[in-house]
This record gives sequence, C-alpha cells and structure tokens, in this order.
Amino acid sequence: MRASFFIVLMVAVINLAFAAPDIQTWKTSNGAKVLFVKAHELPMVDIRVVFDAGAARDISNSAVALMTNGMMPEGAGEFNANELASRFEGVGAGFGNSSHRDMSVFSLRSLTDKEWLDLAIDTFAIILSKPTFPQEAFDREIKRLLVGLEQKKQSPDAISSENMYKAVFAGHPYASLPEGTAESVKKLSVKDLKAFYKKYMVGKNAVVSIVGDVTTEQAKSISEKVVGGLPAGAKAADLPAVKALSKAEMIKIDFPSSQTKILIAQPGMRRGDPDYFPLFVGNHVLGGSGLVSILSDEIREKRGLSYSSYSYFSPMRVAGPFILGLGTKNESSKEALQVMKTTLKNFIEQGVSEAQLKAAKQNLTGGFALQLASNKKIVNNLSAIGFYELPLNYLDQYISNVEAVTVEQVRDAFKRRIHPDKMATVIVGGEQAQEVSSN
Amino acid sequence: MNKKCLFSILLLLLAVLLSACATQNSVIPANFAKPVKHYPQYQLHEKTLANGLKIIVKEDHRAPVVVSQIWYRVGSSYEANGLTGLSHVLEHMMFKGTENLGPNEFSKIIAANGGRENAFTGRDYTAYFQTMERNRFPVSFRLEADRMRNLVLDAEEFAKEIKVVMEERRMRTEDNPQRLTFEQFNAAAYVNSPYNIPVIGWMQDLESMSIEDLQTWYEYWYAPNNATLVVAGDVTPEEIFAEAEKHFASIKPTRVPVPKPQKEIAQIGERRIMVKAPAQVPYLIMGYKVPTIINAKEKWEPYALDVLASVLDGGSSARFSEELIRVKQVATSVGAGYDAFTPRQEIYTFSGTPAQGKTVQELEAAIKEELEKLKNKPVTAKELSRVKAQTVAGKVYQKDSVFYSAMTIGMLETIGINWQLGEEYENNIKKVTAAQVQEVAKRYFIDDTLTVAVLDPQEITQSRVSNVGGGRHAR
Repeated sequence: MRASFFIVLMVAVINLAFAAPDIQTWKTSNGAKVLFVKAHELPMVDIRVVFDAGAARDISNSAVALMTNGMMPEGAGEFNANELASRFEGVGAGFGNSSHRDMSVFSLRSLTDKEWLDLAIDTFAIILSKPTFPQEAFDREIKRLLVGLEQKKQSPDAISSENMYKAVFAGHPYASLPEGTAESVKKLSVKDLKAFYKKYMVGKNAVVSIVGDVTTEQAKSISEKVVGGLPAGAKAADLPAVKALSKAEMIKIDFPSSQTKILIAQPGMRRGDPDYFPLFVGNHVLGGSGLVSILSDEIREKRGLSYSSYSYFSPMRVAGPFILGLGTKNESSKEALQVMKTTLKNFIEQGVSEAQLKAAKQNLTGGFALQLASNKKIVNNLSAIGFYELPLNYLDQYISNVEAVTVEQVRDAFKRRIHPDKMATVIVGGEQAQEVSSN
Repeated sequence: MNKKCLFSILLLLLAVLLSACATQNSVIPANFAKPVKHYPQYQLHEKTLANGLKIIVKEDHRAPVVVSQIWYRVGSSYEANGLTGLSHVLEHMMFKGTENLGPNEFSKIIAANGGRENAFTGRDYTAYFQTMERNRFPVSFRLEADRMRNLVLDAEEFAKEIKVVMEERRMRTEDNPQRLTFEQFNAAAYVNSPYNIPVIGWMQDLESMSIEDLQTWYEYWYAPNNATLVVAGDVTPEEIFAEAEKHFASIKPTRVPVPKPQKEIAQIGERRIMVKAPAQVPYLIMGYKVPTIINAKEKWEPYALDVLASVLDGGSSARFSEELIRVKQVATSVGAGYDAFTPRQEIYTFSGTPAQGKTVQELEAAIKEELEKLKNKPVTAKELSRVKAQTVAGKVYQKDSVFYSAMTIGMLETIGINWQLGEEYENNIKKVTAAQVQEVAKRYFIDDTLTVAVLDPQEITQSRVSNVGGGRHAR
C-alpha cells in the first residue's frame, strides 16, 4: 500500500518537471485564429489549416465537402494539378488534405530553407485562396470517388461503420456520409463545389496551427500569407445538438466474410463536455487502454474471441459516437455480443474500482509526455485546441484534470450518459441475417 | 492425426537443428564483448556485451521520452512449411507470462508506468518495443531481460491465444480481398524462397501448431547473441549501457541455428494467377525479381531502383499520378513498391485498381508502357532533382519521430546491415544518375521474371434486416 502511494507521488513529481509547450495565439487580418509553438530543434515547419467545413455541413450525402477539399489542389491560380504538386515536391515539401465529419484539413510540411519554404507557402496559399475547380478534373475525381464507393462495399468495417452512423445520428448532420452515396454524388456539379467553397473556406471559419523552426514574426507572416487571401466571411452556424436514442435498434447485415463485425453505439460526448474527463478516464478502464482494458480482458484474454476489441468516445463539435466494437469468427458472434453487453452493463452498474482508476491515471499521466513528443503530435494538439475552442491551457491542465477524476464521478457520468437499453447494434457478417429471419 | 503431425514437425525441427550443428558459426565464442564506440556525428553509441547482446543508443533530447526496442533475428522467413506463423504466434505468447510474471502482467506494468508498448513480426525479424517517459527505461529492460529467457509457455494460455491469432488472420487477410490477393501473389512469385509464406502463417498451420513447436522455436532464437537492443530518446549512453549490463549481462548465450540459404531459384518465364473472392473492384499486382542492398552485384543498383520508384510514384507530380490517373485516366489508384533493405531477393511490385470503365488488362498495359519509357529514355534532370530534394527533406522529417529512427537502426542491424548504411542512404541516393535508372529498368523489368495476380471480384449478396426496439436476438 505504502509502496504504491510512493509510486503515485513519483509520477506527480516527474510530471511537474515536464512543461507543456508555450502556445502563442493571434488572429489574422481576416479573422482566422492562429496557434503557434516554436520548435527550433529541426530545420522544418508544420502548418495545418482546418476549416469548419466537413461532411456535417452537407446533409444531402453528395460528398460536396469531400469533393471541395479534394478538388482544391487539382487546379489553382494559373496552375494545374501537376504544376501545383511539382512546386511542393520539387522542394521536398509534403502537402496533405483530408475531409472528415467536422473538419476540412489542409497541411504542409516544409524545410525552413528560405527559398524552399517561400515557394511551398506560396503554393499552399494559392491552393487555399484561388482554387479553380476545373471541370475535367472534377469529372475524373467523381469517377474515382464512385470506384471508392464500390470498394467500401467489399469492406465489413466500412459497412458496419456507415450503418452505425446512420442509426446513431438519424436526422442529424453527423448521419451524412463523408463519401456520399453513388446516387447523390452523380448529381453533384462544379457549381455546388464553388458555392460550398465560397461559404465555408473563409477567414473566420479557419484555424491555422504552426509548429516549427520559425520566429513569432515569421509565423505571423506565414499565417497571413497562407489564409490572408480569403475573405473574412462568417463562422459556420452551430450544429444542432445530437438527440439521445429513444430505443434499442439491431441492424444485421448478411455479408460473405469469415468474421462478423459487431458495433454497439450511441451518442457520446462533445469536445469540452463537462463530463469529458470522467467519461474519458472511465472509458480508458472499460475499453480504451488496449490489452489491459476490461473489455479486452473479457473478450480476448479470457476467451480468445477476437484480435481487436475496444470502446471509445469520439468527441466532436457536438456529441460524437460512443462505440464498443470487435470482430470475431461468425460462429462465435452470439457469444461475443453477449460478453460485450454484459461487460458494458456490469461496468455501468459497478463503475470503476479505486485500483482500476489509479492504474488508468498512472497510464494517462505517466504517458502524457508521449503525446507531445514530436512536432506532428504538437500540431495535432494545436488544431484540436483551436478548432474545438478548448482553453489555451488545456495541455497544462490535462494532468490535473485526469488526476481529479473520482470513482464516484465515473460511475455517475456513465450512469447518466450511457444507456445500454437504448443503443444501436450493428452486426455485419456471415450466417447472421439467416439467424434473424429464422428466429 | 495429431501424433502424425507432431512427428513430421519433429523431423523438420531436427533438420533445422542439424543444419545448425553442422556449421562453424554456431560455436559460441568465449566472449562477444566489444567496447563502447561513439559516433558523435550521428549522436549514436554502440556496445556489445560479453554474451553477444548488441546495444545501440541514439540520443534525441527534444522531448523527455525514450523508445526501447529489442530485435530478434527470427521471422517468417526462418520457418519451414507446416510450421508457418510460429514466429508471430510466439510474439503473441511473449506477453503471456514468465517464471516471474503472470499472463498479461507485462502489459499492466508498462501501462502503470505510462508506457505504450507492442510488438511486430516481419519476414526477417521480431521486435518488441516500449515508449515511455525517459526515467522509466529500467522497467522496460527488466521486463525484456526476463522474457528473453524465462518465458512460460502455458497450454491453457496458448489454447486461447492461437484463437486470437486466427481471428487476426481472418481480419487482416481472409476478409480483405486485396490482402488475400497479395498473399497468393507472393506464394506464386516465390518458389523456394521462404518469402513465399505469409508472416501470419497459413490457417492450417495455425490449427495444427503445438506448444512444443513454440517451445523449440523460443529456445532456438531468443538469446542475447541473437538480439539487438536499440534505445532512442532523451538518455545518455552511459546510463543505458550500465542499466542494460545490470539486466541482460547474466543471460547466457546459446547456439543459434544458421538458416539454410534457400536462395530463390531463377524464374524462367512469366507467371499469372487469378484470385476469385467476394469483392466489388478488381485489383492488379505485378512484380519483377530484383536485387537488394545485400545481394546486388553492383552497389548502386538498389539506390537506382529506389529513385525509379520515386520517379513513378513519389507524389502527385510523379508519372503514375500524372500519366495513369490524370491523363490516361486508366487507374483509380496505382503504386510502386520496393524494399531495398531485405536480405533475400525482393520483388518490385506495381499494384492498383483500374479506373471506372477500364480493365485490369488496360491498367497492366499502361504500367508496362511507363516501364518501357524508362528503358528507352533517361529520366529528366527535373525529376532527379525532385527525388533528391524529397530524400534530403525526408531525412529531416524522419527525425521528428524518435520511434522511426530507432526502428530503422534495429531493422538494418537485424537483417545484417550496419546501421551506418542507413545514415548514408541520402548520400547514396544523391549519387544516382539518370543513366543508372535507365540501366536498372532495362536489366530487371523483363517478362521472364514477371508474376501477375489479378483479383477477380465475385458477387457480394447483401441483405439487411433491421429490428427496431429489439435486442432479443442477442440472448
């Protein structure tokens, strides 16, 4: 008892010695929020621009958010796709773009050699502020998207995830599919992309994060160059709150796979949720800490039912999903589902023990330094803080917020927020649907 | 049936063992010890203990973290037919307890110390790693030293874990049509090289695997003289060497078997296979036999092949994206794959999915046309300069990940290449000329060493049953 108390003290001392990075922040002339961390050890810089322009801004399943994001490097200013890519790649810079439910993301990694960095930033700015959406590229990218949609149909993971979002978020923008549906995608036009771009890719709807070997003055000039060419515009409207599910739903999809994929889900929590830390730390015990979590112990360690079993909250602008999931051979799907349900039910009834909570806290606080151990990880954290409007001292407060969670808070938060009798269950695999119809 | 299986397995093991005893290399030297060597230009330090354990320290003081990786020279290419998947299953069992620890206790201790940990198995190596706050590395050393020699292979734990590995195989391969195609491509492209077996093993071999098989495998390969410890992060070489000495020095070296050469026989004609599986989109993999850093007759060849891969597939301005995706619109996705750092003969692969309305045959023809261009005309100065800029930048970017730095060092050492060759990689790429790129294209992209696999999609019939308000089916 004494020995373990000593370990906890050690943890606290070590972590006090580790300071979170110093975040500087300002706004560009057109209202974009900027977060900057100086990191002089390597001669490189990471820049990430995030717009509130994900699939949640499109309720027609037309993939307009994804296509707008994807088409921007296909032509901008006086350059075509190949010329834009050559300008980056010729100076060893890495450009990336992706589109999610909340976010439309553009990123750049470059060496800080002046000539190379200037060219990379100039090209990045052109893509963000002067995309031309060429018709020919659009037609080709639509075809590629349609093949991608076909490919999703051969993946039990993609099928289960898509059906889970539809069931958990019915009637909410989060139910819309980032890649759209073949039917709606075919109706999409360049005009739609231009309208979407004009509305959402604006200064006030952007967050710029910069980490690297540049001075504050340089970072200010970079942020201005990168998004300064956009009109100020307006911040995207608030998303509607997510409604709790009113009853349980079971969706079974027959699929010719050797494994059955099972997801059990409901609306979870948003970023900055008042219950964030009790739910997050509690879930770490339940299914968020890999092989040492309760769920993995029940499913994998005790029964050998699955290679991967987990639970997680996906906190978003408004409540993202809370999901338990696994894959198991078709013959053991019933048993696995039963163990998942029992494990969740017991967890909500019993909550966590002091020992379990302590172990989770040791893991989370002791491993905090790992979350900030590279420029890439720091820029990820800055983006989340900026986009989700978390306090600037979020990282400084993280350890004390985790340490403050009590056994009672975890039990109370899970009882109030998670309702095993009102969750959506999605089952994709062989021999499943037959069982339902014969029942 | 079990008995019969076991007998043939014993015979196989005996064969490996015999080969081991017959070679000179298996005699244990009295002392492997090599003094500390410092390489300040790379912030790297190495030392070999008397029992043969090599320790490499890479300093990186940006963040107060440490990555500790222990690499063993064993992987699927060491396995015999009938015993495939042994190295990977053993990797799983390494978490199942020792004479001093219960099942899964290893992971619990690392977790309580704020660590992240896992392991991975490849064709030529098995590695275990922990990432932790910098002061915790002694915990990692103590646990790794313990399981290097004191593993307890428990029948009950094995019975559960082998089921877990079968689930892993179902998830990764059986239910993934592209991975399934790749597995069969490998099996067709290699005849006698052990690269023809999948790292995870054939399902049948997993089903017939016994705990005795694992015990033998463990005793063969898990020894200090068959391992490399790589530690990277906010540490000093002195503290690492001292702590490693404390935990590992008492472990005795063993006679480590020497694998048979099993050099792939020359391919003397094109091979083609079809894979029929439930899928929606066809998929093409084609590959040519090429040399690597270890077996290339001329040292520059693998670097020229690497540059060639970048010319074709090194970004959105590279030829594949421009010509096949944007101009000809024959591919939805297409890529080139080559691993120069393998000890055995490697396959240079091209893979992709055709564009809507195009066939795999058209995609194959378009890829071959690009290869012909490379044979007939030197790559441009602009292309070469782009590849070199990307390599220079890539070397800086790589340093952002302490884990990746450690991984490169461990992998090279384990496959028998000095880590310095990895540090020199950038310089060797810079030396590649357009004529050399043209030369390797001519030498190696020839139909007689080509293997082609095509995924032929079989219809998926899906039916959906929704049951609102239910849950009764779960009972």
